[in-house]
Amino acid sequence: MITGSVVALVLAGLVGWAVVPSPAKYRTEEQRITVRTGPGDATEVTLDTTLYLPKTSGRKPAILLAHGFGGTKQSVRSDAQDFAELGYAVLTWTAQGFGRSTGEIHLDSPDWEVKDAQRLLDWLAARPDIQTDASGDPRVAAVGGSYGGALALLLAAQDRRVDAIVPMITWNDLSRAFLPEASGQDPAGGVFKKQWAGLFFGSGSADPITDALTGGGAAAPQRTPTGDAQCGRFARDVCEAYLGIATTGKADEAALALLRRSSPAPVLDRIKAPTLLIQGQVDTLFPLSEGDANARGIAAAGTPVRVAWFTGGHDGGSGPQSEVDRLRFLTAQWLDHYVKGNGKAPENSFTYSRVSGLNARGRGLVTAASSLDAYPGLAGTSNASIALTGGPQDIANPPNGNPAAISSLPIANVASLLGTGVSAEIRGQHADYTSEPLPATLDVAGAPVVRIRAASPTGEAVLFVKLYDVPAKGAASIPDGLIAPVRLTGLPKSIADAQPVTVTLPAVVHRFEAGSRVRITVASADSAFASPPDPVVYQVAVDGAVSLPDVAGTPLANPDVIWRYVLAGLVALILVGLVAAVLIARGRVRRIERRIDPDHADTPLVVRGLRKTYGDFVAVAKVDFTVQRGQVVGLLGPNGAGKTTSLRVLMGLTRPTEGEILVFGHQLLPGAPVLSRVGALVEGPGFLPHLTGLQNLRLYWAATGRPEQDAHFDEAFEIAGLGTAVNRRVKTYSHGMRQRLAIAQAMLGLPELLVLDEPTDGLDPPQIAEMRKVLRRYATGGRAVLVSSHLLAEVEQTCTDVVVMHKGEVVAAGKVDDIVGDSPTVQLDVSDVDAAEKVLDELDGIRSVAWSGGNGLVVDIDGTPRSEVIAALVRAGVGIDRVTPRRRLEDAFLSLVGGDTKASGERS
Amino acid sequence: MTSSSAVDVVGGAPGYRPGATLSLWTEIRRQAARRRTQMALGFMVLLPLIILIAFQLDNGGDDDEGGGGEFSRLADLATAGGANFTLFTLLVSSGFLLVVVVALFCGDTVASEASWGSLRYLLAMPVPRARLLGVKVTAALLYCLLAMLILVGTALLAGTLRYGWAPLNAPIGGEIAAGTSVVRLLEIVGYLCVSLLVVASLAFLLSVSTDAPLGAVGGAVLLQILSNILDQITALGTIRNFLPTHYGDAWLGLLSTPLQTDDIVKGCISSLAYATIFFSLAWWRFLRKDVVS
Repeated sequence: MITGSVVALVLAGLVGWAVVPSPAKYRTEEQRITVRTGPGDATEVTLDTTLYLPKTSGRKPAILLAHGFGGTKQSVRSDAQDFAELGYAVLTWTAQGFGRSTGEIHLDSPDWEVKDAQRLLDWLAARPDIQTDASGDPRVAAVGGSYGGALALLLAAQDRRVDAIVPMITWNDLSRAFLPEASGQDPAGGVFKKQWAGLFFGSGSADPITDALTGGGAAAPQRTPTGDAQCGRFARDVCEAYLGIATTGKADEAALALLRRSSPAPVLDRIKAPTLLIQGQVDTLFPLSEGDANARGIAAAGTPVRVAWFTGGHDGGSGPQSEVDRLRFLTAQWLDHYVKGNGKAPENSFTYSRVSGLNARGRGLVTAASSLDAYPGLAGTSNASIALTGGPQDIANPPNGNPAAISSLPIANVASLLGTGVSAEIRGQHADYTSEPLPATLDVAGAPVVRIRAASPTGEAVLFVKLYDVPAKGAASIPDGLIAPVRLTGLPKSIADAQPVTVTLPAVVHRFEAGSRVRITVASADSAFASPPDPVVYQVAVDGAVSLPDVAGTPLANPDVIWRYVLAGLVALILVGLVAAVLIARGRVRRIERRIDPDHADTPLVVRGLRKTYGDFVAVAKVDFTVQRGQVVGLLGPNGAGKTTSLRVLMGLTRPTEGEILVFGHQLLPGAPVLSRVGALVEGPGFLPHLTGLQNLRLYWAATGRPEQDAHFDEAFEIAGLGTAVNRRVKTYSHGMRQRLAIAQAMLGLPELLVLDEPTDGLDPPQIAEMRKVLRRYATGGRAVLVSSHLLAEVEQTCTDVVVMHKGEVVAAGKVDDIVGDSPTVQLDVSDVDAAEKVLDELDGIRSVAWSGGNGLVVDIDGTPRSEVIAALVRAGVGIDRVTPRRRLEDAFLSLVGGDTKASGERS
Repeated sequence: MTSSSAVDVVGGAPGYRPGATLSLWTEIRRQAARRRTQMALGFMVLLPLIILIAFQLDNGGDDDEGGGGEFSRLADLATAGGANFTLFTLLVSSGFLLVVVVALFCGDTVASEASWGSLRYLLAMPVPRARLLGVKVTAALLYCLLAMLILVGTALLAGTLRYGWAPLNAPIGGEIAAGTSVVRLLEIVGYLCVSLLVVASLAFLLSVSTDAPLGAVGGAVLLQILSNILDQITALGTIRNFLPTHYGDAWLGLLSTPLQTDDIVKGCISSLAYATIFFSLAWWRFLRKDVVS
């Protein structure tokens, strides 16, 4: 289980590594900066700021990082940290009217919010740690999303000190964003985007999705106790403009002027800072057309502009990780060149991406990014004209726009990408014009164009033109929920007299699968927009075809492709490793095979200086002995003498700590081929319990890979003597039966050296007797047998030679006949020990006398006849209970072992 | 490992060649007779039938509480045809059942020999240790593959007989033609095989380290569960990408159109890396180990 704990430890380590944060490369300074702002610099506003300052020495380039509407400096914290890690001093602040900053919301007014930002530039320029281009001119970029993006644009237009800007998902003309019109009318005739406007203006609609986006916040202003009930923290003029538009659904001149003042559109030609424009494809608030207008306006002034679209926005959030990574890369690259001055100018290429499906593992969307050498605009680089069928149709405008179709839910539009969508049409309020099923997939990237005709009894109509993807199976949906509102005036009463009007739908990036149909729906009311309150019935028709633009983009390399190479490399590495391991192993085996000691080539077994320790535990201290052909050698010793450990080494199961074992001259190491000439029973039988005895032996032999006729199964089964029991499963066997089967297995193939560990264990006396005969017979004809036992009698009766082991060492060895011969000592039990000792001491020829406990004496008579010794004792009046002649083996065994039968390892 | 040389190895008994010991077929036969093997494989046949019967008992009653997610969508589609039924069977078994089966085959193989005592006789034969492991692991992995193929085969057969031969209805990929769907199912089995290599290698490593077969099997399954739990904790962030089970469900990408193979590639890298480490450790340990059981 050590490995298990190692694995657990590694896992725990990884988790720990993830949880412990790495030290930050920057420090932060929180400050409240008071700026003079407003017309005539007449007002003081205190801005809540945080400066993220890299710990590097020297002056650092700076980034003004603005947050989205409804957010605070905290909303952009993680982006600020990222930039700080890249070495920029990042100043984030809460715009006036939000959070802990004072002031009112003026909607990025050049007199207020933009001026605030200019004061912050002054503040940065005055710091000694910020890089400057000239006195009072910091090296700085303005970055922000939505509200912050417009601020970046307006600041760059108003203040030349800004060196680069990265505005994201922001507006070009705020009046057009809130009062769009798709047939070419200006915002005075626009259709009020009431749902978004309400969200902007209203309170308590903070949204986690957009907050997560870089500065992209469409959330509401924070409720403050100081704001009045109607306007909250909005400036009075902004508030009144909203109230006016929301009430009538139309904007008056004053309101339009206010919205335009807060828009980059009129001042784009003044922007000289190189601009990276990022616009969201899933954005019903500031659609791609807003970014397009900004791009064209800035480029017209000769300023470098790079455009990127991504599958996110006010509805879609930050999009999948691959999109976040792409935008991060583009931004870092842009700033690196235009702010830090590194490298050559980034290409002007345009990148966009297409949703290719849902992540199969439920982890968001999967997108595929493409690029194009130059920004193509919304008309694309090619056009497909898809014919639509459907005639003029009546549609009803519901009173007060209720019930209304649902095309999108602000912020929550991600759902429309799931195919299930949120789009719903109301019966009687829409007319559909559908194409034939598409023969092949059709990609769209840009603004579709369609011509419609309409008639109205009032002469006016507000219509909503929508592009639908109708798949062969499943529900129809509006790509990204983007629809085109149109307000038509001067309409005839009959459709026959109506003139066609060209409607430019919002730009989308979408793929129609083969078999899907393209549908244009013209509807009368939409929940996202304000529509005329009076019930009217319009007549509508779509002329012929819809023009769907596309962009011939080149797919960007999927960054994950690198993992395929990693995988291929890994597989190659594993294969090379395997081959190397096999070659090395083979080389090693050959070396082992060649090592041969010619002096012992014909000696079945030579054990030399064998020592085996397990840590401090000495199992075998030093063992030397030899087994010659024809011998049956008994390895005798008490339990724990080190017999089994020696045999384990002999079987190649363990490695000796010191010394070596030679079998027929070959050094014995684990797996040495010479082991195939050794048959063994070590530490009891080992069989597969679910197989019969017969199957076990046959599979055992099959596993040796040697020819079947070499096995001599008949002899083996005869020795096993199991009769019909060989066909029973081994798990039903008695201990003795297994033992006999194990001996039979050891004898399979009639190995030249047979090693049996306690072979008679579990056998009954007749079987033991039989076994002795078998073993003696086995050793004839040049084979050899090594039997280990802790029973003296066993060894005496079976073996020709004996090796006595004790405490891990050989204490005696030799022929059994020699050792069994009479010993010069005799054991005497006498009536009076003291008297006897006295008599014996005086007797000539007695070498030693030792007391062996009780009435016993061990006397070394050294060749003196026993009868003489006894006569001398009797003469001296010492009574003799018993006279036991002792033999050498017993002597050796008992004198060394008898009084101390502790296992070798128990010695201290 | 195999040597074509017919010459006896120096010092070996007549006819002994290290490369001929414990052939793969012998090992397969040794394992085939085991009740454990038979039960595991038998259950692979039984499981699809049990699921089939369970669907038959559907009394049209109220669905579970909303559910949602991939699982419920696949469950809803399970009776759409043989391919869908097979897919559902794979979905419900890939998380735990297959893990246990693989851990059983790979975790038990060496440890049980050690516990029976037969391991030392194999080593004394001698079967070279590296070869012993190689044959053992190959046989175990073949049984794992067999188990999976039996599961898929039975599910496909039973599902087709009951629900017909219909195109595969993928939750987010639309329809996949019946012929292609079998290819996809086999690809899924292929990916599952690769991703289960982690369990297999870990179980095998534990198997050579212990004499208790249950410890090896249980240990591997436990670590798999631990990894699954950690993978649920989003606070761990990107560290979860390093968890062996993180890409366990990446095969769902094979059901989408177009195929989403990025996670599959990453999953393969993760699995192969872990498996290589664990297998190498297993070899390293076993080749140096004192076999005392």
